[in-house]
Amino acid sequence: MANTTLELIDVEKSFGSVIANSGISVKVDASTVTCILGDNGAGKSTLIKTLSGVHKPTKGKYLVEGTEVNFNSPRDALDAGIATVFQDLATIPLMSIWRNFFIGNEIEKGFGPFKWLDVKKMKDITKQELLAMGIDLRDPNQPIGTLSGGERQAVAIARAVYFGAKVLILDEPTSALGVRQSGIVLKYVLAAKERGIAVIFITHNPNHAFLVGDRFYLLNRGKLVQSMERSNANIDELTKAMAGGKDLELLTTEIESVRKK
Amino acid sequence: MSTPTTTDERVKKASFLTKALRRTEVGALLGAIAIFILFTSTDTTGNFAQLPGIAGWTDIAAPIGIVAIAVALLMIAGEFDLSSGVMVGTTGLLVGMLVSKLGMNIWLAIVVGLIFAAGIGFVNGYLVVKTKLPSFIITLATFFILKGANFALTMILTGSVRVTGVDKADGYEGAKAVFASTFKVGDQNFQISLAWWLFITIAATFLLTRTKFGNWIFAAGGDQNAARNAGVPVARTKIALFMATSVAAALVGIIFVLRLQGMQAGQGVGQEFYYIIAAAVGGTLLTGGAGSAIGASIGAVIMGMAYIGIPFSLWNSDWTSTFLGVILFSAVMINTYIGRKAAGGKR
Repeated sequence: MANTTLELIDVEKSFGSVIANSGISVKVDASTVTCILGDNGAGKSTLIKTLSGVHKPTKGKYLVEGTEVNFNSPRDALDAGIATVFQDLATIPLMSIWRNFFIGNEIEKGFGPFKWLDVKKMKDITKQELLAMGIDLRDPNQPIGTLSGGERQAVAIARAVYFGAKVLILDEPTSALGVRQSGIVLKYVLAAKERGIAVIFITHNPNHAFLVGDRFYLLNRGKLVQSMERSNANIDELTKAMAGGKDLELLTTEIESVRKK
Repeated sequence: MSTPTTTDERVKKASFLTKALRRTEVGALLGAIAIFILFTSTDTTGNFAQLPGIAGWTDIAAPIGIVAIAVALLMIAGEFDLSSGVMVGTTGLLVGMLVSKLGMNIWLAIVVGLIFAAGIGFVNGYLVVKTKLPSFIITLATFFILKGANFALTMILTGSVRVTGVDKADGYEGAKAVFASTFKVGDQNFQISLAWWLFITIAATFLLTRTKFGNWIFAAGGDQNAARNAGVPVARTKIALFMATSVAAALVGIIFVLRLQGMQAGQGVGQEFYYIIAAAVGGTLLTGGAGSAIGASIGAVIMGMAYIGIPFSLWNSDWTSTFLGVILFSAVMINTYIGRKAAGGKR
């Protein structure tokens, strides 16, 4: 079995009297895609923010490669090799593609305290890395806001991979995309997995999760309700479990009866 | 290794003109040229486009430009500083008091003034970052607090609304040479503030486009959550910019107190809007994320030209502010329009 890169043990996160997550224990292995599924309000966002260092867990342990960590900021998590690609917050629309690629990790040259950006090198690397992912940029100077949603996600993923992420957390990367664009992003998810990265794929779309996932965790009302390995999971079960099983059956009969009228 | 590449035929190649117009300062430059031509043709003295005229309008533009550049950087990072105008007066008065009332060496007083300004800037920035209140409100409060303090303390300490006697301070000649002397181009004297302004324009442009910190400025104003997630220290970046703005205003205060050998308690009040106008005319986005230092300097040039060009054309100079208002509106309108066109009809 692959080695565990990241582990949460019995993690709880509360905001005042609201318990957003409780009793969360997950294991994330290298070279696998771990899917975290849940409907709106299931506590996915809180979990991501805990994983990426935005929130500190109220209770429980957070282990990276076996050692307990205590992140104070996303920067700390990033330094530990945990990169997060947020759905809408991954890139800065008005900034050029190469600036976005290197934001927070700028390459500098110069001497002593006099340092400036190595613009040419950064543009070249941006072009190269995106080409390796099958995106041909005409002009790395163009604002990233002019790219399509899928391309922007791809840039964000390529960026995380380039900067040596051990864990890549993807927050609903496909939810705002069309079918074809989603396919492109899923391809990059697998590409990242091939490179030995532990991918955490957060989504409310069981079809997308099933296409790429190796392990599935289901969240509901802030709690982990089910976990499955690929070997013992199937898509119907996943969809059913996600919508709360019985709830979906009830909904189906209700809708059927409405339609018959 | 062969990499699969696809050239997207749906993307038009950007023409040189489109590329040029994408740059925020180009619109401002065209505006400045238009205004230059306008005043050169209406000029009744024959001096507007000659060295004496140029010395006149650059002298007005320099102090506006120095602070407007810092204000532009702060606006790119998504924040305002309405206390930048009054800081000019505060620092000038402080330096004046230190040398005239305490007999301090002028150089030491200048250092104290700069540190004091940096401190005020830090307080502005720290409060904005910590309280998450709009910087508009926080710096408006600082503005009024300082405005009141400038008058009250000047009255208490000097019994008038003016501090004088700076020229009798130790080291005055040396400090004057650095901050308030003139240099000759041909037969015409130019103020040294022009050199400071040009230096700051170049330094700020380099900082903004060619350093890590510059990247962070754009990121902080473009989308501060995305920036934070990418590991940009947004809070530190903003605080540093508030400090830079106050220090830029302090530099202008020092230039004025040395040149005028004293300072009025009301100096600088109202100037904060000139800085914002210069930055906005220069293509800095009020919502943050885009702009340039050169643009702000061009904005300052436009204002300088208006202040000299209107009396040179024998127009009633009571209308100067109206003229600037019209310029502000048209420049921002045209910039936005060009920006939309160049971005390819998006947004």
